[in-house]
Amino acid sequence: MLAREHMEKSKNFREYAITRLIRVSGYSAIVFVALIFFFLLREGIPALAEVDLGTLFSTRWYPIEGLYGILPLITGSLIVTVGAMLVAVPFGIGTAVFMSEIAPRWLREVLKPLVELLGGLPSVVLGFLGILLLSPYLRVLLDLPTGLTALAGAILLGGIAVPTIVSIAEDALDAVPTSYREGAWALGATRWQTIWRVTLPAARSGILTAVMLGIGRTIGETMTVMMVTGNAPVLAVHLNSLFSPVRTMTATIAAEMGEVASGSNHYHVLFFIGMVLFLISLAVNLSAAAIVFRSKKRAERVLS
Amino acid sequence: MKLARLLLLVLVVTSLAACGPSPVSGETAQAAAYIENKGSDTIVNLALAWAERYQGVRPEVRISVSGGGSGTGIAALINGTVDIANASRQIKDEERASAIANGIEPVEFVIARDAIAIIVHPDNPVGQLTLMQLSNIYSGRISNWTEVGGEDRPIVRLSRETNSGTHVYFLETVLRMGDGDSDLLFSMNTLLLPSSEGIINEVRQNPNAIGYDGLGYVPPDLKVVAVARDPGGPYILPAIATVNDGSYPIARDLYMYTTGEPTGVVQEYLDWILSPEAQEIVAELGFVPIR
Repeated sequence: MLAREHMEKSKNFREYAITRLIRVSGYSAIVFVALIFFFLLREGIPALAEVDLGTLFSTRWYPIEGLYGILPLITGSLIVTVGAMLVAVPFGIGTAVFMSEIAPRWLREVLKPLVELLGGLPSVVLGFLGILLLSPYLRVLLDLPTGLTALAGAILLGGIAVPTIVSIAEDALDAVPTSYREGAWALGATRWQTIWRVTLPAARSGILTAVMLGIGRTIGETMTVMMVTGNAPVLAVHLNSLFSPVRTMTATIAAEMGEVASGSNHYHVLFFIGMVLFLISLAVNLSAAAIVFRSKKRAERVLS
Repeated sequence: MKLARLLLLVLVVTSLAACGPSPVSGETAQAAAYIENKGSDTIVNLALAWAERYQGVRPEVRISVSGGGSGTGIAALINGTVDIANASRQIKDEERASAIANGIEPVEFVIARDAIAIIVHPDNPVGQLTLMQLSNIYSGRISNWTEVGGEDRPIVRLSRETNSGTHVYFLETVLRMGDGDSDLLFSMNTLLLPSSEGIINEVRQNPNAIGYDGLGYVPPDLKVVAVARDPGGPYILPAIATVNDGSYPIARDLYMYTTGEPTGVVQEYLDWILSPEAQEIVAELGFVPIR
């Protein structure tokens, strides 16, 4: 009797401890993000006091002469990301559609791990490929002054984003009930009409999430862009800037943080750039969440 | 790069520890000899290589080498915390004054020289440029090779990142041509590459490119441009001889500063550094030996 009670008690305690542990690890993610953001704020906000806003939002980045214009860096990151999405979205969604709707089962079993393998490629390896193969090829093909351009970065980052997009979009397409497709076929729709008019719209929210996560993956990528985009801090305002060198926020932080004197203006401005990057990523993720939330509500409305 | 230096430092420290005084030798008085060496990041690899080789010559002398920049090294010299400061520039008058105020007389030794070579693609017909032309190219006033006697191609300017000492040296000596009041900057579309290899790779495959790098890093398959100080003047290729007679304009001395006239082990170490054996290491690392 006593022994049994004891066992009950220890079981209860174990239950309690495990529940707590899981809860703590769940909350810890939030705590870490909050701490990181707090740290970025603490190190980045002084930049606003030390460097006047006119300089901070100017178009010249040359930190050793006190020129801290971060606009070229922001536009650099944006244009590389836009370019990467132009590559990755059609490719990624196309691959996902092929894998989920068209490919026979055995081919799909081969393709999926291969695409995931692509996602595991270290970015520095892609950077090497970019320097040695892609950028010389782009220079000759497009008759550019140099191949080290936003385009080279965009193509490689597109490659990095494709696996993310494929795997999430494929799951979303998979989740579309078979009855939708059967209904379309019964009405005489071709396979293409079914994919374009029925399956893809039904999986829309998942596909948008895939694209958003792909953007998030791209904008934070550092090593590859530092190696292939040429790092010239030129303001990128047209889509034409894809064909010229750019300098991204991530490459700037990576290249300069190692040598900067801790606590200097330059140091604070680099953290400020980190803050901007963090806010952009946050905005992208929040909008992805909002899309999912809205379409869920809509689906509920339609179904009810 | 940083990691490599750190590893090298650890290596030196451990090899020093291994060479430390053994209780049997009875040389405890000599084994206590210790040299603290600090300063320029440009020189740190060379200083480490010397310290390492010197262990074979005088195993009982311990040399500790660290980087941090020329300013850091000279500041430590002023505070009397190092025996030898490394600097890739000469000591400033204010620094010398505050050292003397602390009762320390800095004594200068030129220990090696560093030449910056201008490199282009081997197919580029341009083989010589004046300092003025280089300044105009890098500041963006010249952007086509025809303006300096080449083919009708755009000029792609390559540079090291702004935190590189070589970048700053190039800005002051070439772009601003030594004029301290000049506020010329690199043209905005200058490509800033994070490593020497990045510059060499791009120059190797791109006939539009122009770059600069330490002479020792330039591989034989690239074309080195001869540089003239004045428009009419002789065009000089960087080489050990032309750097030493001062005719190649983009070269600088590298220095070591001691606290007062060196004596004892410091003097022996500096004598050894200026010896042919140590100067051979200078050439191996891509710098220019002084003799």
